[in-house]
Amino acid sequence: MSTPSPAAGQLARFAVSPARRRRDRIARATILAGTIIALIPLALILYYLLRKGIGSWSPSFFSTDPTGATFFKSQSIGGIKSAILGTTEMVGLASAIAIPVGIGTAVWLVEYGRDSWFAHTVRFFVDVLTGVPSIVFGLFIYIVLIVGTGSSYAAYKGSFALALLMLPVVIRSAEVILLLVPGALRESALALGAPRWRVILHIVLPTALPGMVTGVLLAIARAAGETAPLLFTAGETLKTGFDLGQFMNALPVQIYYDVTSPTTAVVNRAWGAALALVTMILVLNLIARLVSRRNRLA
Amino acid sequence: METASTSSGDRSILARSPLARLPDRALKYGLTALAALILALIVYFFIRLVGEARPAFAKEGVLGFAFNNDWNVNAERFGALPMVVGTLITSGLALLIGVPVAVATALYTTEFSPLRVRTPLTVLVELLAAVPSVVYGLWGIFFLAPKLRGTEQWVADRLSLVPFIGGGTVTIPNYFIAGLILATMILPIVSAISREVMATVPSDQKEAALSLGATRWEMIRTAVLPYCRTGIVGGAMLGLGRAIGETIAVTIVIGNAPQLSGHLFGQGYSLAAVIANEFGEAQGLHRSALFAAGLVLFVLTLLVNGVARVLVRRASRGGPAKPIPVRAAAGPQAVAGATAGA
Repeated sequence: MSTPSPAAGQLARFAVSPARRRRDRIARATILAGTIIALIPLALILYYLLRKGIGSWSPSFFSTDPTGATFFKSQSIGGIKSAILGTTEMVGLASAIAIPVGIGTAVWLVEYGRDSWFAHTVRFFVDVLTGVPSIVFGLFIYIVLIVGTGSSYAAYKGSFALALLMLPVVIRSAEVILLLVPGALRESALALGAPRWRVILHIVLPTALPGMVTGVLLAIARAAGETAPLLFTAGETLKTGFDLGQFMNALPVQIYYDVTSPTTAVVNRAWGAALALVTMILVLNLIARLVSRRNRLA
Repeated sequence: METASTSSGDRSILARSPLARLPDRALKYGLTALAALILALIVYFFIRLVGEARPAFAKEGVLGFAFNNDWNVNAERFGALPMVVGTLITSGLALLIGVPVAVATALYTTEFSPLRVRTPLTVLVELLAAVPSVVYGLWGIFFLAPKLRGTEQWVADRLSLVPFIGGGTVTIPNYFIAGLILATMILPIVSAISREVMATVPSDQKEAALSLGATRWEMIRTAVLPYCRTGIVGGAMLGLGRAIGETIAVTIVIGNAPQLSGHLFGQGYSLAAVIANEFGEAQGLHRSALFAAGLVLFVLTLLVNGVARVLVRRASRGGPAKPIPVRAAAGPQAVAGATAGA
């Protein structure tokens, strides 16, 4: 090795050759281009949703049921009232099932199961559930609640399918948050003589609650947008209903059937409904994000 | 300490009565039962699904179901090759287009982007995951497919001699559009996993590469990408699982034709799409065949996701950072070289 002397000629020996510099620049440009390409679909989707969807919004769009009329221009095709109410009801029932079961399972995993083989098996199967296509959940519920009982479609069966879909999201997100609850908190409660169940109900769960809200909201947002599990469980209807034992309409299902229509007005209703659905889901996502930002644990 | 109160025979004053311990037991066993219930449910579903699919498999044979190119509901022939091929083509396309873009996005956010842009960029890419699949379908069939048709036809004409791509007439719903939509849909998950794995690359290694005079790209190629390879492959496989199982968006844009289209821009079908499209009116053997399609889908996604989970877990655990042997003689020149290169 020559003696290090920071003369200009010496430094040039270590300068990056033009070929390497060019390669670096090309790679950087490609990476930047890839990032921009990734953002294009979102921009286009939101732009078209707004442009096409806002036109079909009107007070009556939200306050009337779809009529099923397609052919005659004179007939009103109606709005999306039954779809919005149906989605709200079915997702509500699905949440009422999935949230307690999911959080209960997560508590078991963190507080009791921990590193046992059984806990690992449960975690594995929950991960498996995450990857199961949503239409397969619909088939599961169809086999058990429709073939199994010999009855017809019903809204609560759709809710069960959605609950299955939400379950892994709730369990995994709640588990992550529960693991963040400091062990010292549990230990001090136990040291003061509190029994285990009190520690869990009065110390661990309240501490973790704000963090778990985020996961729950994301699960609800996911369920609200799902079409496939509802197709053969909740049935197809246009009417507003409040009986969970009957057929029920839902926003994504309504959009799915409207897409295939040859009538422009019906397709426009699909755009309007899609805008309503996306707005609903984005608001849920936004709230989830705000809640997680204010959370002490995460 | 006096020995009086805590002799081994006496119950300590601090111990709870059996009654007081009851809620503890109840909670513990109740929660265990809940966890066991979820396991039992999945196993039960699987067994019932196999039971429902059996008549179709019995008639066509498992291999016949998967590899016969003959789906004719009226003749009760259920060879699902067109669906299997459609699923493979569209999800393969999704990986081909989606993974490079996702990795580029992840690289940009972890290595290049200014700190201020990082969070908004991540949020925007994640928003793609929030868009429901039926909305992707709606957008795909009414915007993307008509807009791209001219370009697709141009490509098909230019490459008319290339098998599987050129030649035929471009239809509005086709494999390519389905693949493109799927690529968009798997982008957020692949990019999120890649980003997570890239964050585990020890900065020592990156700095070491830079200090030896590597350009940013050389640093990424030698320090970041080799370290993340397992994780990126795992993320891509999670994306593949999503793409295989995606139903509604594909049903809307693939054309639902139970035939093998000889080329990329022709109509087709996929396993998930055939269930969504035909299950409502299906009876008897037809219904059983659709359950069989569901079973194939279930097992396929199970395998893909299982492998993906293992890879991702192994990658994000990170392992101990392996020290890169650095020649002691590098000295101050290398530092000067790095500053010149940066």
